[in-house]
This record gives sequence, structure tokens and C-alpha cells, in this order.
Amino acid sequence: MALMRYAEALRLAMAEEMERDPSVFICGEEVGQYQGTFRVTEGLMQRFGRDRVVDTPISEIGIAGMATGAAMAGLRPIAEFMTWSFALSAMDQIVNHAAKITYMSGGRIQCPVVFRGPAGTGNQLSAQHSQSLEAWFMHVPGLKVAMPATAADAKGLLKYAIRDPNPVIFMEHAGLYSQRGEVPEDPDFVIPFGQAAIVREGTDVTLVAYSHMVSTCLKAAVSLHDMGISAEVIDLRTLTPLDMDTVLASVAKTHRAVVTQEEWLNVGAAAEIAARIGEMGFDDLDAPVLRVGGADVPMPYAKKLESAAIPNEQDVIAAALRVTD
Amino acid sequence: MAKLTLDPRDTSTDTQELLGMYRLMVRVRRFEESLYRRYREGKIGGYLHRYDGEEALVAGVVPLLRRDDYILCTYRDHGHAISCGVPMREVMAELYGRVGGCAAGKGGSMHLIGPEYGFLGGDGIVGGPVPVALGVGYAIKMRGGDQVCACYFGDGAINQGGVHESMNMAALYGVPVLFILENNGYAMGTAVERSTRQPDMVAKAAAHGIAGEQIDAMDAQVVREAASRIIGSMRTTHEPYFLEARCYRYVGHGVADNAQQQRFYREEDEIEQWKRRDPLLSTRARLVELGALGEADEKALEAEVEAEIAEAVAFAEQSPEPPLDSLYENVFTESMGV
Ligand SMILES: Cc1ncc(C[n+]2csc(CCOP(=O)(O)OP(=O)(O)O)c2C)c(N)n1
Ligand SMILES: [Mg+2]
Repeated sequence: MALMRYAEALRLAMAEEMERDPSVFICGEEVGQYQGTFRVTEGLMQRFGRDRVVDTPISEIGIAGMATGAAMAGLRPIAEFMTWSFALSAMDQIVNHAAKITYMSGGRIQCPVVFRGPAGTGNQLSAQHSQSLEAWFMHVPGLKVAMPATAADAKGLLKYAIRDPNPVIFMEHAGLYSQRGEVPEDPDFVIPFGQAAIVREGTDVTLVAYSHMVSTCLKAAVSLHDMGISAEVIDLRTLTPLDMDTVLASVAKTHRAVVTQEEWLNVGAAAEIAARIGEMGFDDLDAPVLRVGGADVPMPYAKKLESAAIPNEQDVIAAALRVTD
Repeated sequence: MAKLTLDPRDTSTDTQELLGMYRLMVRVRRFEESLYRRYREGKIGGYLHRYDGEEALVAGVVPLLRRDDYILCTYRDHGHAISCGVPMREVMAELYGRVGGCAAGKGGSMHLIGPEYGFLGGDGIVGGPVPVALGVGYAIKMRGGDQVCACYFGDGAINQGGVHESMNMAALYGVPVLFILENNGYAMGTAVERSTRQPDMVAKAAAHGIAGEQIDAMDAQVVREAASRIIGSMRTTHEPYFLEARCYRYVGHGVADNAQQQRFYREEDEIEQWKRRDPLLSTRARLVELGALGEADEKALEAEVEAEIAEAVAFAEQSPEPPLDSLYENVFTESMGV
């Protein structure tokens, strides 16, 4: 184990996989000479050369297509989007090409590509830069979606993503890049997709989270504990595949669930998860499943409005109190 | 590295125009400098992209536009907003995230706006304003007016697919969009030559059937003369035009792109070289030569601008934060019945 930041854990994952497999390469804006906008790829160009750490123009369609095509031709590309907000013009390459080629070809073509970069809200970056669009990708058959909450998961999930023979949407959180955590140094350490983690055990209510909302829910659980409520916190780690077994087993124990997300509440990941709890765990429920999410507005710049738009600990506590009332 | 190879042009702009441009450039420069201080003090949040060094590009173009013309630009938009006539106090209040801001505190630095001045705003997405400008140009065409739409975008944006789709369509339909490429040599840490094998931007426009030219945008007079000729002609031809404006950004891309970061892509010496061709300096020198700007005038101008900024800060500081119930306002325009 070594103590490192989330961003360093991602870098280590890529470096180890590039060492292990010569077909792995990185392409994206400012990933090489500039050492990465968020320093995630720092030093990798010096180590692996310009052909394997490719600085691109600001051409997201090109980046996504280059990675998709290279994957179809047998390489294992990692396409970095400076942020996921800038990937929107690349949706066609991701959704209509990377996601569908395996099915359209009757399984004759694999597309082992990773699209990664930061998502998330905050820092007064306002409407076009502060958002989280994981539900868009979760909606598409053929895409896997991973959203790590800790440094160790960042490493283990990214390594798995690179080895997975399918397109993976890997959404990091800019607000987590500098968070430190213990990370296994074993180069064979991977975290398979579809395995949620119970990050805090409890008996009264299940708080379901992923990415940055995991720490929000953990804080809420501490406050709830002081109020005499024992909350179990689940970190989903991946949204596709979705580990409903872990969620349902927890709900069978607590009989109450609050599903949280940072993105807009409307038609979000939490809606899907809540629906599945309702469909598969109805008999275990003692209260309706509640959702906590962001305000359904483009992110405002003003600090107070922004704080009101982003879900926080208090929102989670309020929902937990409602279902345990 | 960004090089400049341009012919000196005939200079015929009169003194009043020169003075006007100088004053505007001083306002923009001092404003940017003051913003940086406010940012350091934590009064301004989000990103802050400064225009220092590129002032001639707004000073030489925007005053030639009418209120019924349109302007779109990038996130590096403070100078554009002020040039368009958005009061400095409203820009400052926007950066403070206050209700008195030009976007009521909802937009911030990258999304300044001033529809009453034809300013359709800054855009946080590289290449984003260009397809929108095509549509604005098409609206002008459909209504049959003689307006133009000036669309500013960076050298990084020229590598966006949407920019090329839009240029192709602008030429195809013949719409009066003035594409202004702010070629400051770099897109964040990427020099132009590291992002394309065809650094001749005018040739790229020509490939879409759009006429264009390259100008030295470190010289306000050169910019103004070109813009005057081009805009004048566009008002009768209604055709698109492409202007590659060679300029330079003195400071980092944004605040995070500090001196240490900049070492990854440019030399201190290069910045100094370009600063010698500063548009404020050259315009001032010309005015002094013409006897139109004495030491006292200059002092008065600086004092006036300082007072304007101080007033803007005072206004921003006392402007209230947006009320919480405004969070859900403006997601849609209220329908008055259909
Ligand atoms: C589609 C998209 N990709 C990436 C970014 C991140 N980004 C913001 S500004 C910038 C550099 C743009 O450079 P340029 O177009 O030359 O304009 P300049 O900043 O030099 O004025 C980048 C990469 C973005 N905002 N939008
Ligand atoms: Mg540039």
C-alpha cells in the first residue's frame, strides 16, 4: 500500500498498463508536453514517448474517433477528454460507433476503448463547465460506466477498464483529484466492474452513492449516527454494470433506501436504481425509495445559488430522516 | 513559436479614432489587471481568462459595429463586453456573482452578455460560438438587413469540426458573418504549429469558399482599417469574410496557467518580444507624435479609468447576491400564451 492522490492513482494505473501491454496508448488535449491539465498524465510522455502519449488539437470528434478506430483495429486506446463537458460533440463517435460496433457486427469486432476525464460540479465554473452527464451514457447499451470515489478504486477500476474488451466511460471527479488514499501497489490489483462496496455498515437506512456523493453520504451517516440512525453507505463504483445484488441485500436488512447522485435529478442514475429497488425489493421496503440529486437547472455562477444547486450532506440527512420517520 | 510576418499598411485613421481606440484599450487593460487582483482576493470565482495583449482586436473592430449588428466571442470575453458598451460596473458585478451583473450573477466570467448592444455573449466551449454565428448571420439574411455578425474564436477552435461545417454553410448560403480568428499563437499550452500542418488559416477559409486575409492585430490602426474596409463591404455584399488576426496573450491561459506552467510551452523572452509591439504602446506613440496626447492627458485618462474601475467595484460590492428563489428562474422563458 502507498498513500497517494486520486490523480496519481489514475496515472499509476495507466503507467502500469502501458508497461504491461504495448498496445495501450493515450490521446487527448494537453496530455503530453503540458503534463496534463489536471496533472493526471504527468511524466507519461517522457516515459512512453510521443507516439503513446499523443497531444491532440482541440478536436473532440477526432479524439473519440481516433480512439474508437484504433480499438477496432486491435489497440487499447485511452482517450482523455479535458473534461466530460467538452465531450458532447464526440457523442456520435461514442454512442453510434464505439458502443454499437460489437453488436452491429454480430460480435465480430471488439472495441476495447476507454474514454476518461473529469466530470462533476462546483468551483463556480457555471453552466457549460459544471455538470455530470453519466446518465446519458448509462442509457446506452454497449457502454460500461465507471465512477470511482477513492484513490484505490481509481487505480483498480481504471486498470480493469483498460483490460476490458468493451468501451468504457470512465468518469473521474475533478473535486477528488487531490484526495489522498491508500492504494495497492501490486500491478495485478484490479477491481472488476459490477462490484459495489459497502463503505459503512448500518441497519436503519441504505444510502446509495457513487463518485463524490460517497464522501457526502459518509459525512451524512456520521451525523445520522448522532441522531440515533444507523446508515449503511454503498459505493456503486460502476453504474454499468450495476451491482443490484449488493443494494438489494442491504435494503433487505435496512428496509429503507435513499439513492443519491450529483447530477440533475430528472431522469438520472438514481431514478433507474430506485426503480429497480422498487421492482426487485418491494417486499423489503418499509418506506418509498427517495432520491437526492442536483437542482434541475443549468449550473449558476453565483456562489450561493451554486451551493443550493449541488446536493449536500444536509439534503441526504433530510431524505434519510424522511424514510426513517 | 508564433512569428509575425506582415507588411506595414497604409495608415489613415484620424486622430479622434486613434484616441478612441487608445482609451478603450486602456480601459480593457486596466480592467483585466484589476480583475486579477480581485480574483486573488477571492472576490471572483470560477475561471478567469484575460485579454492582455489582444486589446487591438476589439478596439479596432467593435466601435465600427452598429447596435443592430451582432457579436459573439469566447470565454476570453471581458474586453468584448466592455467594447460593446456593457457598463464596466455590470461586468464587475457579474464577476462578483451579483444581481447587478449583466447576467444577474448566473453566467460569470465566461458568459458575459449584452443583448441590447448586440453582444450575444461569451462561450465556454471552444468553437461553440461559430455555428451559432452562422445562425445569427442567417437571421440577418432572412430579414434582409445590412447588419453583420462578428464572431471571435481562437486558433485552437479552428480545429473543431463545427467551425468548418459553419464556414462551409456560411459560404453556401451567403450569410454576413465576419469570422475573426484571434490567433494568439497558442491554445492553452499548444502552439499553433503543434495542432495543424496547415497553419495558413486564410487558406482554410478559402477551402470553404470564404475570402479572407491575415492582419497584424498588435496594431490597432491596422485592425481598424482592415475592419472598416471589410465591414463596409460586407454591408453591401452580405457575404462572409475571414480575418486571421495575429496577436499574443501576455498572461497565462487562465489563472491556473501560471509562470511555471507556461514554461512547458513558451519562453519568457518570447513574451517580452511581443510586449515590445504592445498595441497600447504603439497607439500612444502615434498619438504623442501627432501631438494629440500629452503627459497631462495621459494622467487624466489613467485617473478616469481608475475611477471607473473603482466605481465598478463599489457597485459590485454593494449589489446583492441573487436571492435563492431565483435558482429556478430562467430555465425557460415564461410563455405568454401561444
Ligand atoms: C470543446 C472544448 N474543448 C476543450 C476546452 C478546454 N479549453 C478551454 S480554452 C482552451 C484553449 C483554446 O485556445 P484558443 O482557441 O486558441 O483560444 P485562446 O484561449 O487562445 O483565446 C481549451 C482547450 C473547451 N472549453 N471546449
Ligand atoms: Mg489561442
